[in-house]
Amino acid sequence: MPRFGMVIDTKKCVGCQDCVLACKTENNIPEGYNRDWIVTEVHGKFPDLHMEIRTERCNHCTNTPCVSVCPTGASHIHEWGGIVLVDKDLCIGCKACVEACPYDARYIHPDGYADKCTFCIHRVEKGLQPACVEVCPTHCIYFGDLDDPNSEVSQLLKSRKWHVLLPETGNEPNIFYLI
Amino acid sequence: MYDLIELTTTRHNPHIDPFMSMWEWQIPLYLFLGGIVAGMMIISGYFIFSHRYKETDCACFSTPLISLILISLGMFFLFLDLSHKLYVWRLYTTFKISSPMSWGAWILLLVYPALILNLLIKPPAILQERIKNLANISLKITSHPFLVKVIGIANMLLGLMLGAYTGILLSVMGSRPLWNSSLLWFLFLVSGLSTAAAFVHLFAKNKYESELLAKADNGLLTLELFVIFMFLIGLLSSAKPHKDAAELLLTGPFAPSFWVLVVLMGILIPLFIQLLAVNHKIKHTPVAPIFVIIGGIILRFIIVEAGQYSHWFNAHLK
Repeated sequence: MPRFGMVIDTKKCVGCQDCVLACKTENNIPEGYNRDWIVTEVHGKFPDLHMEIRTERCNHCTNTPCVSVCPTGASHIHEWGGIVLVDKDLCIGCKACVEACPYDARYIHPDGYADKCTFCIHRVEKGLQPACVEVCPTHCIYFGDLDDPNSEVSQLLKSRKWHVLLPETGNEPNIFYLI
Repeated sequence: MYDLIELTTTRHNPHIDPFMSMWEWQIPLYLFLGGIVAGMMIISGYFIFSHRYKETDCACFSTPLISLILISLGMFFLFLDLSHKLYVWRLYTTFKISSPMSWGAWILLLVYPALILNLLIKPPAILQERIKNLANISLKITSHPFLVKVIGIANMLLGLMLGAYTGILLSVMGSRPLWNSSLLWFLFLVSGLSTAAAFVHLFAKNKYESELLAKADNGLLTLELFVIFMFLIGLLSSAKPHKDAAELLLTGPFAPSFWVLVVLMGILIPLFIQLLAVNHKIKHTPVAPIFVIIGGIILRFIIVEAGQYSHWFNAHLK
């Protein structure tokens, strides 16, 4: 059984937003909403400043507060690959999962249900890559099985330094940023 | 520690950016109504359990009908908050132990029969005139003192569960540091009891009960102050995001409304007035209970709004 995750090379990401557009087109995301987005972080002390550009989305955490708080089971972990998904036919739009996500990665779709990144599971099931991975012009997004030691994502995590977002929340996110 | 941290995001999801405001007025009002009904169930259950239902003017005769109306109004607000309304019935196709919202849905379902049974002990005249059989049912129930006691206990227990759940609903959210305190359920329960005591005091006809409720409210208001103090100390001695969350109430944007409307107007002033009243220095006045009730409403609004405002990311930005 695979455990899907993403590795994003922040040295290569230029913040072009191709991934954002690809996601919007592929998943028919309504205007004004985002399943993925670009964050630019600058830190340091002038003139020693460090800038990181990264593409963010739902972290498909191993510990999932969004799934725990869902009263109907609409938010769930897919049995194949550990992808965190929302069943819109079970969602009542109570917004508890939106509140429970420390990354604010979810939103309420104008049709009323909670929505978020699905790792393009409809593509992955066909053996394709998620839309954002497919279009990235700098090839900075890698998608694959974190449990397979020979996968590209596992190899990258072995050979490069990386960080995750808000590790202190203990959610064990499955999106890794190479630094 | 960096001298500069700047985050720029291209995300602009409605009600999420720049700060979370997903839950609006419906949720704090529901939490307040749930709390006050919980408090009334505990008070009324206690009066029934302690045989006060044998008195002709027990407040426990009017609380069930008022509670039924208020909890229905609260559930209506909850329904208004749902964005996928037609699917609301999905709440009752499952029970999820990890989701306090799921507990709440089932607790609310149990609250109704408990309140109706409480109501049947002595139905208000307005209902007796309309439904002829009510007097007979009431007679049957009161002829079994054990059954009446069970109804009292059930109301107290369900009131306790309802009042606690309104706080647990928020405190399980590790993502919102202000809510993430194990004292929040107790704060909401005490506040619910205090607002209920104040509310029942407003219409209690029996002198003994009126006096008892005012005294109880004084105790509850004092306890509430202590719980708020412990709640803030707990946050201040925790991680940075929690500390920042406490600062929102202590000195931040929510401080004026928190100190003036919740602590001063909602607790200290009514406590002072009611202390004078129970010591027979002044007459009982509706001012104190009304202040307590308004303070209870504002407490829910502040906790819900400031909780959504508090965030792990803000801690990074400071």
